[in-house]
Amino acid sequence: MQKDIKRLSFLLLFAPFALWITLLIILPHLGMLHISLREKVAPRVYEFGFGNYLNFFNEPIYWNTLLRTGSMSLLVTLLALILGFPIAYYIAKIAGRRARGALFLMCLIPLWVSDLIRAFGWILLMRETGVISNTLQWAGVINAPIEFLYNDATVIMGLVYTTILFMIVPLVSTLDGMDDAMIEAGYNLGGNGPTVLRRIIIPYAMPGIVSGCIVVFMLTAGSYLTPILLGGKNSSWFTEQIYDQFITRYNWEAGAAFGFVLLAFTSLVIWGGLKLTGQTLNTTVARS
Amino acid sequence: MHSTAEYDLECDQVSKHFGSVRAVDDVSFVIPKGSFFSILGPSGCGKTTLMRMIAGFEQPSSGDIRIKGRSVISTPPNRRNVKMVFQHLALFPMMNVYENIAYGLRCSGASKDVIRAKVHDVLERISLPDVANREITQLSGGQKQRIAIARCMVLDPDVLLLDEPLGALDLKLREAMKIELKLLQHQFDTTFVYITHDQSEALVMSDHVAIMNGGKFVQIGTPQELYHKPAAAFVAGFVGHTNRWAGRVSRVESGEVEVATDGGLSLRGIVRGTVSPQVGDIVNAYVRPEFITAQRSAGHNPQADAGQNTIEGRVDSILFNGANSRVLVKNRAGELIEADVVLTGDEQDLKPKDEVILSWPVAQTLSFKD
Ligand SMILES: Nc1ncnc2c1ncn2[C@@H]1O[C@H](COP(=O)(O)OP(=O)(O)O)[C@@H](O)[C@H]1O
Ligand SMILES: [Mg+2]
Repeated sequence: MQKDIKRLSFLLLFAPFALWITLLIILPHLGMLHISLREKVAPRVYEFGFGNYLNFFNEPIYWNTLLRTGSMSLLVTLLALILGFPIAYYIAKIAGRRARGALFLMCLIPLWVSDLIRAFGWILLMRETGVISNTLQWAGVINAPIEFLYNDATVIMGLVYTTILFMIVPLVSTLDGMDDAMIEAGYNLGGNGPTVLRRIIIPYAMPGIVSGCIVVFMLTAGSYLTPILLGGKNSSWFTEQIYDQFITRYNWEAGAAFGFVLLAFTSLVIWGGLKLTGQTLNTTVARS
Repeated sequence: MHSTAEYDLECDQVSKHFGSVRAVDDVSFVIPKGSFFSILGPSGCGKTTLMRMIAGFEQPSSGDIRIKGRSVISTPPNRRNVKMVFQHLALFPMMNVYENIAYGLRCSGASKDVIRAKVHDVLERISLPDVANREITQLSGGQKQRIAIARCMVLDPDVLLLDEPLGALDLKLREAMKIELKLLQHQFDTTFVYITHDQSEALVMSDHVAIMNGGKFVQIGTPQELYHKPAAAFVAGFVGHTNRWAGRVSRVESGEVEVATDGGLSLRGIVRGTVSPQVGDIVNAYVRPEFITAQRSAGHNPQADAGQNTIEGRVDSILFNGANSRVLVKNRAGELIEADVVLTGDEQDLKPKDEVILSWPVAQTLSFKD
């Protein structure tokens, strides 16, 4: 009796989660998988095959775009880590109790504004007739307007800006759990600043670093608005290809296949990263 | 050079202020080579702050700290040959036991072979030769303790600082570790500075103990001196168990006072402390339970012995604890007095509600004017 009630309550609690996973994630993906595996032989006539995937590998522009997206995402992840780590360290270890909340909130503020508005804000600043160009001209640093938009540096900057929070949050929470005495012990036993950072702080924060990197990499590789708006036609982001197949060419089969290629690619990169750092998904998710 | 190098550690009028808080206030002491020195005081009296200044994590507001005769005020923490066992040990959880111990040696640039030899040697010395490859989480509380000490001792420090390292252990393990720490200190023959708020730890292990209160050192001495010859009321009240009476001096006579207590008793005691009381001053008189004898009154009061204080009372309760048993006696004024008794388990033992006479030597009635 008692056992049945327990099982029932477990089912009731678990049901919404299971529904959510099944309806919103598993089912659509199964549908997509199905679509990606059919080839169009004539209008409204399809047959099963890997043609859409072969298409991807046969066309260099597609996989070049994917590689470019992957490497730029890695760069964004690295930059977010390098910039985010000192910020997280400051928030978790140096700032006082009261300042901590305020700083955290300040990191959150960008998220209160939608992606779109944020990107347009950047455009306003950086376009040829934008604030930066005008200010520099006014100050006499440059004598003709400069276009700061539509290049890789701007795209990377925008992506770092939008994703860095997802690096900072897990880092703060792992560093917060680190006893200050551990750092002092590192010095007390004879370590200098770099040694303590390398041998104690970074290894301790590794689960946070890895989970932050996973999230940032996933978000970046799958992002659409920021690269399109800031990078324009030159951005060649892989999600743009997917969008193109679905919407412009109305080729859902190719779009779905591209989607799965992206999923496989990012999973592969993350698997490699976990292997490289000796972490498992379990430890990183549990510790941060 | 002057002769100061015979001391491993010297603090000279060290003070530390946090804003208006004087965490450590004008503390001076020297610790001779190879001794076990404890700093005993209630929580918040500044013990940790003092230790952190010695280790270099806080800069003193004024004063000088010398290790082996050399001032270390401007030496950064990682260059001081003072190692510290932290309150929660601060072992590195991402390294195993071997790596934890090897960390300091690596920092000093020792070669791989030297590191291996030293780590195994120190593990041998703390009698844990087989744990090198264990993870920290696989160790018991007592083992962690010893690894934390080994991690410091492998670096051959001039002074080892220990900040309440037994605080997190359970009672039984704590008792065992007290003896073990003392043995380890003997074995390594290094100066240990041990911080605690637990007097039994300090008394059992130390060669010398400093009693600290409110940022100041109240008295430094051997455990016996502190216990039997407290120099201040705080020490008398803080070290060991004691009965206390507050009262007004009614007579002063060559080192002896007569005190009329607030409860209406008249006690005689000897004067201790830095200030000699005058007639009319308020003093506190301290008497340890082991000096008080409780006897069943035989109907008549014995004549007061010249060298004794006597009071009458009634047994309120018996605090049985084997050889350390005590009685709580309530006197006429309703004050409770603790006295040691021997309980043999037969008919003669004191029982609650027995009328008793308490007596103790005047020489054991220590009176302080604060
Ligand atoms: N960093 C600090 N800032 C302000 N006050 C401090 C700081 N560290 C310690 N104190 C104060 O100094 C006093 C002594 O603290 P501490 O040395 O930790 O005492 P103990 O170790 O004897 O318990 C306390 O009143 C504490 O509040
Ligand atoms: Mg303390």
